[in-house]
Amino acid sequence: MRLASLLGQRRNGPGRPLHWTDIAAYAYLALGVVLMFGPVLWLVLSSFKTQSALLEFPPSLLPFAQVEVTVPGQPQKLPLFRTNLPDGSVRELAQVRRIGLVAQMVDPADPAKQFRVAIDKREPVRRVAFATENYSEPLQRFAFLRFLFNSVFVTVVATLITLLINSMAAYALAVYAFPGKQTATLAVIGTLMIPMTIILVPVYLVVTELGLANSLWAVILPGAATPTGVFLLRQYMLTLPKDLIEAARMDKASEWQIYWRIVMPLTLPALAVLAIFSIMWRWNEFLWPLAVLTKTEVYTLQIALNAFQGELQTQWHYLLAMTVVTLAPVALVFVFLQRFITTGIGSTGMK
Amino acid sequence: MSDTSSVSRPERGRGIGTLAELRSIVTLPVELGMRLFDPPMRWVQRMIGARRMAYVFLLPNFVFFGLFVFLPIGINIVFSVTGGTALFPSQRPYVGSDQFAYLFDCGSYLDPATCREDHFWRAVANTVKFVVLQVTAMVLLSLVTALVLNMRIRGRGFFRAVYFFPVLLSPVVVALIWKWILQRDGLLNAAITTLGGQKIIFFVDPSWAMFWAVFVSVWAHMGFYTLILLAGLQAIPADLYEAAEMDATPRWRVLTHITLPLLWPNMIVVIVLALIKGAQTFDEVFVLTGGGPGTATLMVVQYIYETGFSSQVQNFGLAAAASVVLGIVLFVLTLLQFAAARRKEI
Repeated sequence: MRLASLLGQRRNGPGRPLHWTDIAAYAYLALGVVLMFGPVLWLVLSSFKTQSALLEFPPSLLPFAQVEVTVPGQPQKLPLFRTNLPDGSVRELAQVRRIGLVAQMVDPADPAKQFRVAIDKREPVRRVAFATENYSEPLQRFAFLRFLFNSVFVTVVATLITLLINSMAAYALAVYAFPGKQTATLAVIGTLMIPMTIILVPVYLVVTELGLANSLWAVILPGAATPTGVFLLRQYMLTLPKDLIEAARMDKASEWQIYWRIVMPLTLPALAVLAIFSIMWRWNEFLWPLAVLTKTEVYTLQIALNAFQGELQTQWHYLLAMTVVTLAPVALVFVFLQRFITTGIGSTGMK
Repeated sequence: MSDTSSVSRPERGRGIGTLAELRSIVTLPVELGMRLFDPPMRWVQRMIGARRMAYVFLLPNFVFFGLFVFLPIGINIVFSVTGGTALFPSQRPYVGSDQFAYLFDCGSYLDPATCREDHFWRAVANTVKFVVLQVTAMVLLSLVTALVLNMRIRGRGFFRAVYFFPVLLSPVVVALIWKWILQRDGLLNAAITTLGGQKIIFFVDPSWAMFWAVFVSVWAHMGFYTLILLAGLQAIPADLYEAAEMDATPRWRVLTHITLPLLWPNMIVVIVLALIKGAQTFDEVFVLTGGGPGTATLMVVQYIYETGFSSQVQNFGLAAAASVVLGIVLFVLTLLQFAAARRKEI
């Protein structure tokens, strides 16, 4: 109904009949929503299931948990079952204990009454419940906060360094004419062609020789100078009016002051795009940290998650919750800055 | 765009309240730090002159480039022509082209089993297969998606976001999302058994493992290429379409005679970019399949990583030699990319 009205008010006016390609297009997009959003939604729903609910097959859509009730005279909470009694009636009973194929049940409303029921005659009473302990328990059981801190530290510090040194280089290349400018520009283009994947071993050597092995700086420093960042900022700075800089020079501003008092504030939009990119790169970085970080206490979230997925094969409930936590900041960034990111990529052709 | 920090122009911050205060908390340390640099920078400028300040501004970035890009390229070449297990280059004996000879020692390049370093060639074969399948699927799907998103569609921004958001997810998260769906008792197997099929254990079957490696990587990255193609589509002048509409040109003719030819330069860029990224595939596939079953989804980058870092004997020389080979392939692809980009400009 809603879809029909939606289709009816297309942008090209209500009068035109729907072409079959329009219908195909909407069908394609609907399929896309299911295929792209579905998996993430399934991850989030699953992360709230208890360990036993995760083992169910076929899985239920929503996280369910068995209802537990307090029965007077019983020390613990008891699981509730819908029970078929021998007299044909159906009642909700709490299970006190189970002996072999027979369960000893009690009526929560009338604790004095006890029943003995065959276990195939009862069905758990279940209600939608979110197993938030999947999120709280890893905090105590693993150094989860440590990994979170490591990831945040790497992301923030690396982004700040990148913004500073990339903008300085971009400023030099955009504002000055100097011997060797061509060479410097070519060198930046050159580094664009050298991805981390092909210099893994020697960068490892450099980092080790600098005494940075197994520290967060080993992750932060090697990728701090990005050629894409230099280019992005340089292109933007080239559009700034030259008179502004000349005027500042007249007023006896030093070159450093011109850089951070005049050019930097005007470059804010480009800096914001680079900052978003850098945060994404750093938060998601995997291969290099995997190669250089071997001690658990310096693991970033991504590395920890990868290590856990090897160790915790049977503990999906923790793994799924940790995956959601790792995904959450990126999802938030996306929700708020979607337009920024997509136009950034659209205009630079990079990610 | 032109507003400076609230500290350097404090009169703007007054009266606006908490937001401006928050901004000054963020900008204050930056402001102080930058101001700290001012006297030494002024001194340097007096010593070398304003023109040469360009070198000072370039210096930090190029120190990083030098240490972590240019120097490593040199060391990589040294590594690839030396042997032994030492990490420091001067402790490594010169072996000439032995590492390359070892890598390339094959009975037939088409059959990895006949190679001495069969893992490398299996990785090469897998990567080629992966790249061909992935790039084909990716380019076709991105094209279709971009064309659909370029139609007069309601909620275009929303749909664009739907296809784009996986691009931002980390490869580990992407792989775990799909691992969870594809596992033995996962959602997909539940769907299959509901429809009356048999459970499939995907990651013990080489063909399925490769299929899902391609699928997941297309799922994760197609939004990026869709976005580039969409930008290309929107750059096509609207009057061309208006003229076609006046002539009552059928839709498919508009597509084949206007849209696709004009989009072609963007297509080339997308294809080459996808090739470059595809050849370096590692993260998602590594977390998803671990390169298995056996070596069925082992990629070249994983081979380099495992040879250099995670195997029992860390063979830096062999890893470096393999990265030099990969580097040459990427270099050729990058030249193609520049050529394509230049053609686009003309």
